[in-house]
Amino acid sequence: MVNWTIILNIAKTHLLTKFKQTAIAALGVTFGIGAYITLVSFMTGLNAMLDDLILNQTPHIHVYNEIEPSKEQPIEAYDAFKNSFNVVHSIKPKLSQKKIHNALPIIHFLNKKEEVKGAIPQIKTQIFYISGSIEIAGNITGIQPVEEARLFNFRDYIIEGSPEKLKNTDNGILLGSGIAKKMSLTVGERVQISTINGDVFPLRIVGIYQSGVADLDAIQSFVNLKTVQRILGETENYITDINVKLFDIDKALPLSKKIEAQFNLTAIDINTANAQFETGTTIRNLITYAVSVTLLIVAGFGIYNILNMLIYEKMNDIAILKAIGFSGKDVQYIFMSQAMIIGIVGGVLGLLIGFIFTNIISTIPFKTEALPTVETYPINFNGWFYVIGIVFAMISTFFAGYLPSQKAKKIDPVKIIRGQ
Amino acid sequence: MKTVLEAKNINKYFKKPVLFHVLKDINFKINEGEFVSIMGKSGCGKSTLLYILSTMDSDYEGDLYLNNDLLTGDSRNKLSYVRNKHIGFVFQFHYLLSEFTVLENVMLPAKKLGEKSVKQIEKDALEKLRILNIEHLAHKKASQVSGGEKQRVAIARALINNPSIIMGDEPTGNLDSHNADNVFNIFKKLSVEENLSLLIVTHDEDFANRTDRIITMEDGRIIS
Repeated sequence: MVNWTIILNIAKTHLLTKFKQTAIAALGVTFGIGAYITLVSFMTGLNAMLDDLILNQTPHIHVYNEIEPSKEQPIEAYDAFKNSFNVVHSIKPKLSQKKIHNALPIIHFLNKKEEVKGAIPQIKTQIFYISGSIEIAGNITGIQPVEEARLFNFRDYIIEGSPEKLKNTDNGILLGSGIAKKMSLTVGERVQISTINGDVFPLRIVGIYQSGVADLDAIQSFVNLKTVQRILGETENYITDINVKLFDIDKALPLSKKIEAQFNLTAIDINTANAQFETGTTIRNLITYAVSVTLLIVAGFGIYNILNMLIYEKMNDIAILKAIGFSGKDVQYIFMSQAMIIGIVGGVLGLLIGFIFTNIISTIPFKTEALPTVETYPINFNGWFYVIGIVFAMISTFFAGYLPSQKAKKIDPVKIIRGQ
Repeated sequence: MKTVLEAKNINKYFKKPVLFHVLKDINFKINEGEFVSIMGKSGCGKSTLLYILSTMDSDYEGDLYLNNDLLTGDSRNKLSYVRNKHIGFVFQFHYLLSEFTVLENVMLPAKKLGEKSVKQIEKDALEKLRILNIEHLAHKKASQVSGGEKQRVAIARALINNPSIIMGDEPTGNLDSHNADNVFNIFKKLSVEENLSLLIVTHDEDFANRTDRIITMEDGRIIS
């Protein structure tokens, strides 16, 4: 029979009379857990921000017509050479249209699918920005601005103006910040662009776009879908790209394969396109956890050490407790509960300190050209980190307390009493 | 008369550093209300015998009965329970938990036993302290009372669960004659008034002579 009230009472008295040692042991845990919470919140916050930087504006599936050579060369279709080894030199890509055939019905079809959050068309084309006699090469993308903002956080990258303004302005353009700087243009002014064929169009600047990737901002601008179609002299069903956003990113790969097979188009899913981000995230997480675990193990050794000393000091108490009828288990529980109390108190304090620290960090200004939407250091406030933190604190203190308490359990009271 | 404690053919060996036969064929009984002392020279095995009788040392041969129940071979947990409920202990050194108050020290075994409510235990503990005339020390820290007082606190603690027998390992060995006398009188009173059995190991001949029976040991044997 274990009488917890009395065991906890003895444990409490031991801890309070040795308050300094207790506090130091608990501080070890506090420091470990606090550092873990701060580190993991900050690192994952940073990870999420870096990932968002790319992934948010990246479609989960990108559908387009790839210019590529035919997979089957004509000679293979000829029966006479069926069983021979054919070598074809200087294979040229197949001449195919840039536009997606039947794009509008495909978009309609994709939008009806359950797992699709939205599928929207884009038209990409090369143009020149004209400034006097200087022509600067660039890209222009025709979009549905409001839909882009809804699905791909387009709004975050517009530092002046808004998607609605673009939508409502015929011949409006969202100019890349790099090109705007190069040409000393601001909102409200006009910019002339020319197509590859040499036709010149004046467009009104309704906003400035900045993705954070300087190379991209120096060439990329956005206009309405219809504007591009007019510039290129194409009809309303001229669409070169379809961007699909899903509810569940994990379904990107199977769906992209399906689209490829069904429509004979190229469909690239996000994970294939951005495999390197996964790797970076994994490694950063690994480092975070390695540092945190090291801190907690050090804290665990601190607890082990202090409990060991405490047990040496309390030899007499242990002997007397055993003599008056406490079993070895009771004595072990006394020291185990001391370790656990240190672990829980230190751990909760650690969570608190971690929470305060991360709150402070999340208010520190962090302004960078590359990230127009970020104003302070990014912190990931995730409840699971706190659960993991306290569980880890308890596990490590459990093991730190287990060995010394096992020793206390085995102390022979007769030896202590007679040894005096 | 009812037998409280009985030892049958108890033998004990120390295996380290060399094999040594400490206790040789010990047989005796203690009856209810009997005040027995064990005497003998240092190293004759009297303390070793006491720790076997107290169930703290279970590494021996022979049989040990408490209230006619065989204790030999019981699990450590069972023996802890028996110690808690049936045996009161007083040592030469005071062995109180120094960080607890006198009252808490006295209450500890009863709380461990857990048969009574904390209120009842506190009342009992104060009663025991009153019997021993140290009621006024109840709320002092154990480390702040004098040696003679500590020993009385230890006796109160030994009494708290109304044990069948009280064992002492030279309980007066570390006290001046006045306090030793005091402790003896307390023991005598308990034996006479409460019909409690006592088994005290002592070097003090005066002390032993005033007890009901003296067991004298020499070289691991009882000689009288």
